[in-house]
Amino acid sequence: MILIIDMNWKKDSLGFYEFVLPIAEVAEKLEDCKIKHYFEVSSEDVTCCDKIILSGTALKDTATLQQPEKFEWLKEIEKSVLGICAGMETIGMVYGARLANCLEIGMTEITKIRENPLFSKNFKAYSLHSYCVEQSKNFEILAESSKCLQIIKHKTKPLYGMLFHPEVRNPELISRFIELDSKLENS
Amino acid sequence: MRIGVLFSGGKDSTLALHYTAEKEEVACLITLLSKNKESYMFHTPNIDVTALQAKALDLPQVTKITLGEKEKELSDLEVAIAEAAKEFRIEGVVTGAVESVYQAERVQRICCRLGLWCLNPLWKRDQKTLLQELLTRRFKAVISGVFAYPLDEKWLGKEVDTETIQRLIDLQQKYGLSPIGEGGEIETTVLDAPLFKKKIEILDYNIEAKGNSGLFNIKQAQLISK
Repeated sequence: MILIIDMNWKKDSLGFYEFVLPIAEVAEKLEDCKIKHYFEVSSEDVTCCDKIILSGTALKDTATLQQPEKFEWLKEIEKSVLGICAGMETIGMVYGARLANCLEIGMTEITKIRENPLFSKNFKAYSLHSYCVEQSKNFEILAESSKCLQIIKHKTKPLYGMLFHPEVRNPELISRFIELDSKLENS
Repeated sequence: MRIGVLFSGGKDSTLALHYTAEKEEVACLITLLSKNKESYMFHTPNIDVTALQAKALDLPQVTKITLGEKEKELSDLEVAIAEAAKEFRIEGVVTGAVESVYQAERVQRICCRLGLWCLNPLWKRDQKTLLQELLTRRFKAVISGVFAYPLDEKWLGKEVDTETIQRLIDLQQKYGLSPIGEGGEIETTVLDAPLFKKKIEILDYNIEAKGNSGLFNIKQAQLISK
Protein backbone atom coordinates (compact mmCIF):
# COMPACT_ATOMS: atom_id res chain seq x y z
CA MET A 1 0.00 0.00 0.00
CA ILE A 2 1.23 3.48 -0.89
CA LEU A 3 0.69 6.26 1.62
CA ILE A 4 0.24 9.57 -0.23
CA ILE A 5 0.70 12.52 2.08
CA ASP A 6 -1.19 15.69 1.22
CA MET A 7 1.30 18.51 1.89
CA ASN A 8 -1.14 21.37 1.18
CA TRP A 9 -1.59 24.17 3.71
CA LYS A 10 -4.78 22.70 5.09
CA LYS A 11 -6.86 19.55 4.90
CA ASP A 12 -9.43 19.41 2.07
CA SER A 13 -7.86 22.41 0.36
CA LEU A 14 -8.28 23.46 -3.25
CA GLY A 15 -4.66 22.36 -3.70
CA PHE A 16 -5.68 18.76 -3.05
CA TYR A 17 -7.16 18.41 -6.56
CA GLU A 18 -4.08 19.83 -8.23
CA PHE A 19 -1.23 18.37 -6.24
CA VAL A 20 -2.53 15.13 -4.69
CA LEU A 21 -5.17 13.62 -6.99
CA PRO A 22 -2.92 13.45 -10.08
CA ILE A 23 -0.33 11.50 -8.04
CA ALA A 24 -3.05 9.19 -6.74
CA GLU A 25 -4.34 8.58 -10.29
CA VAL A 26 -0.88 7.31 -11.29
CA ALA A 27 -0.24 5.32 -8.11
CA GLU A 28 -3.65 3.67 -7.96
CA LYS A 29 -2.99 1.96 -11.28
CA LEU A 30 -0.21 0.00 -9.56
CA GLU A 31 -1.01 -0.28 -5.87
CA ASP A 32 -3.68 0.41 -3.28
CA CYS A 33 -3.28 3.91 -1.93
CA LYS A 34 -4.21 5.74 1.22
CA ILE A 35 -4.23 9.54 1.32
CA LYS A 36 -3.65 11.46 4.56
CA HIS A 37 -3.04 15.12 5.23
CA TYR A 38 0.31 15.75 6.91
CA PHE A 39 -1.41 16.99 10.08
CA GLU A 40 -2.99 13.57 10.51
CA VAL A 41 -0.25 11.08 9.67
CA SER A 42 -0.05 8.55 12.51
CA SER A 43 2.73 6.10 13.33
CA GLU A 44 0.31 3.37 12.31
CA ASP A 45 -0.10 4.93 8.85
CA VAL A 46 3.67 4.93 8.42
CA THR A 47 4.03 1.38 9.77
CA CYS A 48 1.27 -0.11 7.63
CA CYS A 49 2.32 1.22 4.21
CA ASP A 50 4.99 -0.09 1.84
CA LYS A 51 6.10 3.24 0.42
CA ILE A 52 5.31 6.90 0.95
CA ILE A 53 4.89 9.81 -1.47
CA LEU A 54 4.88 13.40 -0.20
CA SER A 55 2.95 15.66 -2.59
CA GLY A 56 3.87 19.09 -3.86
CA THR A 57 1.98 22.28 -3.09
CA ALA A 58 1.05 25.62 -4.64
CA LEU A 59 3.90 28.06 -5.23
CA LYS A 60 2.81 30.32 -2.35
CA ASP A 61 2.29 27.42 0.05
CA THR A 62 5.20 27.05 2.45
CA ALA A 63 3.21 25.61 5.37
CA THR A 64 5.20 22.36 5.70
CA LEU A 65 8.47 24.28 5.77
CA GLN A 66 7.25 26.20 8.83
CA GLN A 67 6.44 22.97 10.69
CA PRO A 68 9.44 20.62 10.59
CA GLU A 69 8.24 19.03 13.85
CA LYS A 70 5.38 17.41 11.90
CA PHE A 71 7.94 15.36 9.97
CA GLU A 72 10.16 14.03 12.76
CA TRP A 73 9.02 10.54 11.75
CA LEU A 74 11.04 10.90 8.55
CA LYS A 75 14.25 10.71 10.60
CA GLU A 76 13.55 7.16 11.71
CA ILE A 77 12.08 5.76 8.54
CA GLU A 78 13.71 2.96 6.58
CA LYS A 79 10.97 2.66 3.95
CA SER A 80 11.11 4.20 0.48
CA VAL A 81 9.88 7.78 0.37
CA LEU A 82 9.48 10.05 -2.65
CA GLY A 83 9.14 13.74 -1.91
CA ILE A 84 7.79 15.89 -4.75
CA CYS A 85 8.62 19.62 -4.73
CA ALA A 86 7.57 20.74 -1.21
CA GLY A 87 7.99 17.05 -0.33
CA MET A 88 11.61 17.14 -1.46
CA GLU A 89 12.21 20.41 0.35
CA THR A 90 10.76 18.86 3.52
CA ILE A 91 12.93 15.73 3.28
CA GLY A 92 15.96 17.92 2.68
CA MET A 93 15.12 20.15 5.64
CA VAL A 94 14.57 17.20 8.00
CA TYR A 95 17.99 15.78 7.04
CA GLY A 96 19.84 19.05 7.52
CA ALA A 97 20.04 20.40 3.98
CA ARG A 98 19.66 24.14 3.54
CA LEU A 99 16.93 25.64 1.38
CA ALA A 100 17.58 28.57 -0.94
CA ASN A 101 15.29 30.87 -2.90
CA CYS A 102 15.02 29.55 -6.43
CA LEU A 103 12.10 30.28 -8.74
CA GLU A 104 11.37 27.99 -11.68
CA ILE A 105 7.99 27.91 -13.46
CA GLY A 106 7.38 25.87 -16.60
CA MET A 107 9.11 23.20 -18.62
CA THR A 108 12.69 22.66 -17.47
CA GLU A 109 15.56 20.60 -18.89
CA ILE A 110 16.57 17.95 -16.34
CA THR A 111 20.14 16.72 -16.72
CA LYS A 112 21.17 13.32 -15.43
CA ILE A 113 24.16 13.41 -13.10
CA ARG A 114 24.35 9.86 -11.78
CA GLU A 115 23.14 6.38 -12.83
CA ASN A 116 19.99 5.44 -10.95
CA PRO A 117 16.97 3.13 -11.18
CA LEU A 118 14.39 5.87 -11.92
CA PHE A 119 15.52 7.30 -15.26
CA SER A 120 18.33 6.79 -17.76
CA LYS A 121 18.73 10.03 -19.71
CA ASN A 122 18.03 13.77 -19.73
CA PHE A 123 14.40 14.84 -20.04
CA LYS A 124 12.07 17.83 -19.74
CA ALA A 125 9.76 18.26 -16.76
CA TYR A 126 7.29 20.79 -15.34
CA SER A 127 8.75 22.91 -12.55
CA LEU A 128 6.81 25.02 -10.07
CA HIS A 129 8.90 26.00 -7.07
CA SER A 130 10.22 29.03 -5.25
CA TYR A 131 12.82 27.19 -3.14
CA CYS A 132 15.44 24.56 -3.85
CA VAL A 133 17.48 22.18 -1.72
CA GLU A 134 21.18 22.96 -1.55
CA GLN A 135 23.83 20.28 -1.83
CA SER A 136 24.51 18.58 1.51
CA LYS A 137 26.51 15.69 2.91
CA ASN A 138 23.49 13.40 3.37
CA PHE A 139 22.31 13.36 -0.26
CA GLU A 140 23.66 12.33 -3.62
CA ILE A 141 22.59 14.25 -6.71
CA LEU A 142 20.84 12.25 -9.42
CA ALA A 143 19.80 15.17 -11.64
CA GLU A 144 19.91 18.94 -11.86
CA SER A 145 18.63 21.83 -13.97
CA SER A 146 20.58 24.94 -14.94
CA LYS A 147 19.41 26.54 -11.68
CA CYS A 148 19.37 23.86 -8.98
CA LEU A 149 19.28 20.23 -7.83
CA GLN A 150 16.26 18.45 -9.29
CA ILE A 151 16.50 14.84 -8.08
CA ILE A 152 18.33 13.74 -4.96
CA LYS A 153 18.64 10.50 -2.99
CA HIS A 154 19.69 10.04 0.60
CA LYS A 155 23.10 8.36 0.72
CA THR A 156 22.07 5.48 2.97
CA LYS A 157 18.26 5.40 2.91
CA PRO A 158 15.76 4.97 0.03
CA LEU A 159 14.58 8.58 0.32
CA TYR A 160 14.18 10.39 -3.00
CA GLY A 161 13.35 13.98 -3.75
CA MET A 162 12.13 15.43 -7.07
CA LEU A 163 11.85 19.20 -7.21
CA PHE A 164 9.84 19.24 -10.46
CA HIS A 165 6.32 17.80 -10.67
CA PRO A 166 6.52 14.34 -12.30
CA GLU A 167 2.73 13.98 -12.21
CA VAL A 168 2.44 16.65 -14.93
CA ARG A 169 4.61 15.33 -17.77
CA ASN A 170 6.62 12.41 -16.32
CA PRO A 171 4.21 10.08 -14.49
CA GLU A 172 6.44 7.13 -15.40
CA LEU A 173 8.90 8.35 -12.74
CA ILE A 174 6.23 7.90 -10.07
CA SER A 175 5.42 4.44 -11.46
CA ARG A 176 9.10 3.43 -11.38
CA PHE A 177 9.46 4.62 -7.80
CA ILE A 178 6.46 2.48 -6.83
CA GLU A 179 7.84 -0.53 -8.69
CA LEU A 180 11.39 -0.27 -7.31
CA ASP A 181 12.39 -3.22 -5.18
CA SER A 182 13.11 -1.64 -1.81
CA LYS A 183 15.57 -4.36 -0.84
CA LEU A 184 17.61 -3.79 -3.98
CA GLU A 185 17.60 -0.04 -3.40
CA ASN A 186 19.43 -0.47 -0.15
CA SER A 187 21.89 -3.08 -1.37
CA MET B 1 -9.02 32.95 1.06
CA ARG B 2 -10.62 35.45 -1.32
CA ILE B 3 -10.38 34.17 -4.86
CA GLY B 4 -10.78 35.66 -8.32
CA VAL B 5 -11.80 33.01 -10.83
CA LEU B 6 -10.57 33.36 -14.41
CA PHE B 7 -13.90 32.99 -16.11
CA SER B 8 -14.62 32.39 -19.80
CA GLY B 9 -18.20 31.18 -19.39
CA GLY B 10 -17.27 27.71 -20.64
CA LYS B 11 -17.64 24.42 -18.81
CA ASP B 12 -14.08 24.26 -17.41
CA SER B 13 -13.91 27.66 -15.77
CA THR B 14 -17.48 27.25 -14.50
CA LEU B 15 -16.62 23.86 -12.98
CA ALA B 16 -13.46 25.36 -11.43
CA LEU B 17 -15.66 28.12 -9.98
CA HIS B 18 -17.88 25.51 -8.34
CA TYR B 19 -14.86 23.71 -6.82
CA THR B 20 -13.61 27.04 -5.52
CA ALA B 21 -16.93 28.03 -3.97
CA GLU B 22 -16.94 24.73 -2.03
CA LYS B 23 -13.58 25.50 -0.39
CA GLU B 24 -12.93 29.24 -0.42
CA GLU B 25 -14.66 32.59 -0.94
CA VAL B 26 -15.21 33.59 -4.57
CA ALA B 27 -14.74 37.38 -4.57
CA CYS B 28 -15.07 38.04 -8.30
CA LEU B 29 -14.86 36.71 -11.81
CA ILE B 30 -12.06 37.89 -14.11
CA THR B 31 -12.71 37.81 -17.85
CA LEU B 32 -10.53 38.78 -20.79
CA LEU B 33 -12.58 39.86 -23.77
CA SER B 34 -10.28 38.82 -26.58
CA LYS B 35 -10.75 40.27 -30.03
CA ASN B 36 -8.57 37.52 -31.51
CA LYS B 37 -10.67 34.47 -32.30
CA GLU B 38 -7.48 32.40 -32.46
CA SER B 39 -6.15 33.45 -29.06
CA TYR B 40 -3.66 30.99 -27.49
CA MET B 41 -4.81 31.91 -24.02
CA PHE B 42 -8.47 32.78 -24.00
CA HIS B 43 -11.80 31.29 -24.94
CA THR B 44 -13.60 33.65 -27.32
CA PRO B 45 -16.99 32.25 -28.48
CA ASN B 46 -19.85 34.02 -26.70
CA ILE B 47 -17.44 35.78 -24.35
CA ASP B 48 -19.97 38.64 -24.10
CA VAL B 49 -22.43 36.20 -22.51
CA THR B 50 -20.16 36.14 -19.42
CA ALA B 51 -21.81 39.40 -18.29
CA LEU B 52 -25.15 37.59 -18.15
CA GLN B 53 -23.54 34.58 -16.45
CA ALA B 54 -21.98 36.87 -13.82
CA LYS B 55 -25.46 38.29 -13.15
CA ALA B 56 -26.88 34.77 -12.92
CA LEU B 57 -24.13 33.92 -10.42
CA ASP B 58 -24.59 37.22 -8.58
CA LEU B 59 -20.84 37.80 -8.69
CA PRO B 60 -18.93 40.93 -9.66
CA GLN B 61 -16.91 40.66 -12.85
CA VAL B 62 -13.65 42.36 -13.74
CA THR B 63 -13.31 42.57 -17.52
CA LYS B 64 -10.56 43.74 -19.80
CA ILE B 65 -10.58 43.98 -23.57
CA THR B 66 -7.50 42.54 -25.26
CA LEU B 67 -6.54 42.51 -28.91
CA GLY B 68 -5.30 39.00 -28.25
CA GLU B 69 -1.80 39.43 -29.65
CA LYS B 70 0.29 36.53 -28.43
CA GLU B 71 2.23 37.99 -25.49
CA LYS B 72 0.38 41.32 -25.18
CA GLU B 73 -2.75 39.45 -24.07
CA LEU B 74 -0.74 38.25 -21.07
CA SER B 75 0.06 41.78 -19.96
CA ASP B 76 -3.65 42.58 -20.37
CA LEU B 77 -4.46 39.58 -18.18
CA GLU B 78 -1.98 40.81 -15.59
CA VAL B 79 -3.65 44.23 -15.55
CA ALA B 80 -7.07 42.60 -15.04
CA ILE B 81 -5.81 40.37 -12.20
CA ALA B 82 -4.06 43.33 -10.56
CA GLU B 83 -7.30 45.31 -10.79
CA ALA B 84 -9.21 42.41 -9.18
CA ALA B 85 -6.59 42.27 -6.41
CA LYS B 86 -7.01 45.98 -5.76
CA GLU B 87 -10.77 46.25 -6.09
CA PHE B 88 -11.85 42.95 -4.57
CA ARG B 89 -8.84 42.17 -2.34
CA ILE B 90 -8.34 38.76 -3.86
CA GLU B 91 -5.49 36.69 -2.44
CA GLY B 92 -5.51 34.07 -5.16
CA VAL B 93 -6.58 33.18 -8.66
CA VAL B 94 -8.24 29.97 -9.83
CA THR B 95 -8.15 28.76 -13.43
CA GLY B 96 -9.93 25.96 -15.28
CA ALA B 97 -6.70 24.69 -16.88
CA VAL B 98 -6.68 20.91 -17.34
CA GLU B 99 -3.67 20.01 -19.47
CA SER B 100 -2.18 23.10 -21.04
CA VAL B 101 1.24 23.83 -19.59
CA TYR B 102 1.35 26.88 -21.87
CA GLN B 103 -1.65 28.47 -20.14
CA ALA B 104 -0.90 27.24 -16.62
CA GLU B 105 2.70 28.45 -16.69
CA ARG B 106 1.75 31.92 -17.84
CA VAL B 107 -0.94 32.43 -15.21
CA GLN B 108 1.44 31.08 -12.55
CA ARG B 109 4.06 33.66 -13.56
CA ILE B 110 1.55 36.52 -13.42
CA CYS B 111 0.29 35.46 -9.98
CA CYS B 112 3.86 35.07 -8.75
CA ARG B 113 4.69 38.62 -9.85
CA LEU B 114 1.56 39.94 -8.13
CA GLY B 115 2.15 37.94 -4.94
CA LEU B 116 -1.07 35.92 -5.39
CA TRP B 117 -1.85 32.24 -4.98
CA CYS B 118 -2.59 30.35 -8.19
CA LEU B 119 -4.70 27.22 -8.02
CA ASN B 120 -5.94 24.91 -10.76
CA PRO B 121 -8.46 22.43 -9.35
CA LEU B 122 -9.05 20.62 -12.68
CA TRP B 123 -5.32 20.22 -13.39
CA LYS B 124 -4.37 16.80 -14.82
CA ARG B 125 -7.77 15.36 -13.96
CA ASP B 126 -9.15 12.54 -16.05
CA GLN B 127 -11.09 14.26 -18.85
CA LYS B 128 -13.86 11.68 -19.05
CA THR B 129 -14.42 12.00 -15.30
CA LEU B 130 -14.61 15.80 -15.57
CA LEU B 131 -17.14 15.61 -18.42
CA GLN B 132 -19.27 13.17 -16.45
CA GLU B 133 -19.07 15.47 -13.46
CA LEU B 134 -20.81 18.16 -15.52
CA LEU B 135 -23.78 15.83 -15.81
CA THR B 136 -23.68 14.78 -12.16
CA ARG B 137 -23.71 18.43 -11.14
CA ARG B 138 -26.51 19.14 -13.65
CA PHE B 139 -24.65 21.70 -15.73
CA LYS B 140 -26.38 22.78 -18.89
CA ALA B 141 -23.80 23.74 -21.49
CA VAL B 142 -23.91 24.00 -25.27
CA ILE B 143 -21.10 23.63 -27.78
CA SER B 144 -20.33 27.13 -28.97
CA GLY B 145 -17.26 26.49 -31.09
CA VAL B 146 -15.61 23.64 -32.99
CA PHE B 147 -12.10 23.90 -34.36
CA ALA B 148 -10.82 20.44 -35.25
CA TYR B 149 -11.41 17.49 -37.55
CA PRO B 150 -13.79 15.65 -37.58
CA LEU B 151 -16.00 18.12 -35.69
CA ASP B 152 -18.27 20.22 -37.88
CA GLU B 153 -21.37 22.40 -38.01
CA LYS B 154 -23.60 19.58 -36.75
CA TRP B 155 -21.99 19.84 -33.29
CA LEU B 156 -22.72 23.55 -32.86
CA GLY B 157 -25.42 24.37 -30.32
CA LYS B 158 -25.61 20.77 -29.13
CA GLU B 159 -26.08 20.28 -25.42
CA VAL B 160 -23.22 18.59 -23.54
CA ASP B 161 -25.18 15.52 -22.51
CA THR B 162 -24.48 11.81 -22.11
CA GLU B 163 -24.63 11.17 -25.84
CA THR B 164 -22.37 14.11 -26.74
CA ILE B 165 -19.82 13.08 -24.12
CA GLN B 166 -19.75 9.50 -25.39
CA ARG B 167 -19.24 10.73 -28.94
CA LEU B 168 -16.34 12.96 -27.81
CA ILE B 169 -14.75 10.03 -26.00
CA ASP B 170 -15.15 7.87 -29.12
CA LEU B 171 -13.38 10.60 -31.12
CA GLN B 172 -10.57 10.63 -28.59
CA GLN B 173 -10.01 6.93 -29.18
CA LYS B 174 -10.24 7.25 -32.96
CA TYR B 175 -8.50 10.60 -33.62
CA GLY B 176 -6.74 11.51 -30.37
CA LEU B 177 -9.05 14.49 -29.86
CA SER B 178 -9.00 15.93 -26.34
CA PRO B 179 -12.60 15.21 -25.24
CA ILE B 180 -12.66 18.22 -22.97
CA GLY B 181 -11.30 20.39 -25.78
CA GLU B 182 -8.16 21.41 -23.94
CA GLY B 183 -6.35 22.04 -27.21
CA GLY B 184 -9.15 24.38 -28.29
CA GLU B 185 -10.92 21.65 -30.30
CA ILE B 186 -14.28 22.61 -28.81
CA GLU B 187 -15.58 25.52 -26.78
CA THR B 188 -18.74 25.58 -24.71
CA THR B 189 -21.07 28.11 -23.11
CA VAL B 190 -22.73 27.28 -19.78
CA LEU B 191 -26.40 28.20 -19.57
CA ASP B 192 -27.12 26.78 -16.13
CA ALA B 193 -25.21 25.30 -13.20
CA PRO B 194 -25.87 24.79 -9.48
CA LEU B 195 -24.50 28.20 -8.48
CA PHE B 196 -26.58 30.03 -11.09
CA LYS B 197 -29.46 31.75 -9.31
CA LYS B 198 -31.18 32.14 -12.68
CA LYS B 199 -30.60 30.29 -15.93
CA ILE B 200 -29.88 31.64 -19.38
CA GLU B 201 -32.40 31.34 -22.18
CA ILE B 202 -31.13 31.82 -25.73
CA LEU B 203 -33.48 34.04 -27.73
CA ASP B 204 -31.52 34.37 -30.94
CA TYR B 205 -28.37 32.88 -32.41
CA ASN B 206 -26.57 32.28 -35.67
CA ILE B 207 -24.11 29.70 -36.86
CA GLU B 208 -20.96 30.48 -38.80
CA ALA B 209 -19.23 27.36 -40.04
CA LYS B 210 -16.80 26.21 -42.67
CA GLY B 211 -15.41 22.70 -42.79
CA ASN B 212 -14.18 21.69 -39.35
CA SER B 213 -14.40 25.15 -37.89
CA GLY B 214 -17.49 26.93 -36.68
CA LEU B 215 -19.16 29.12 -34.11
CA PHE B 216 -22.54 29.10 -32.42
CA ASN B 217 -23.02 32.79 -31.71
CA ILE B 218 -25.57 33.73 -29.07
CA LYS B 219 -26.98 37.04 -30.36
CA GLN B 220 -29.64 37.58 -27.74
CA ALA B 221 -30.26 35.90 -24.40
CA GLN B 222 -32.02 36.57 -21.12
CA LEU B 223 -32.07 35.33 -17.55
CA ILE B 224 -35.12 33.36 -16.50
CA SER B 225 -36.17 31.72 -13.25
CA LYS B 226 -34.99 28.17 -12.61
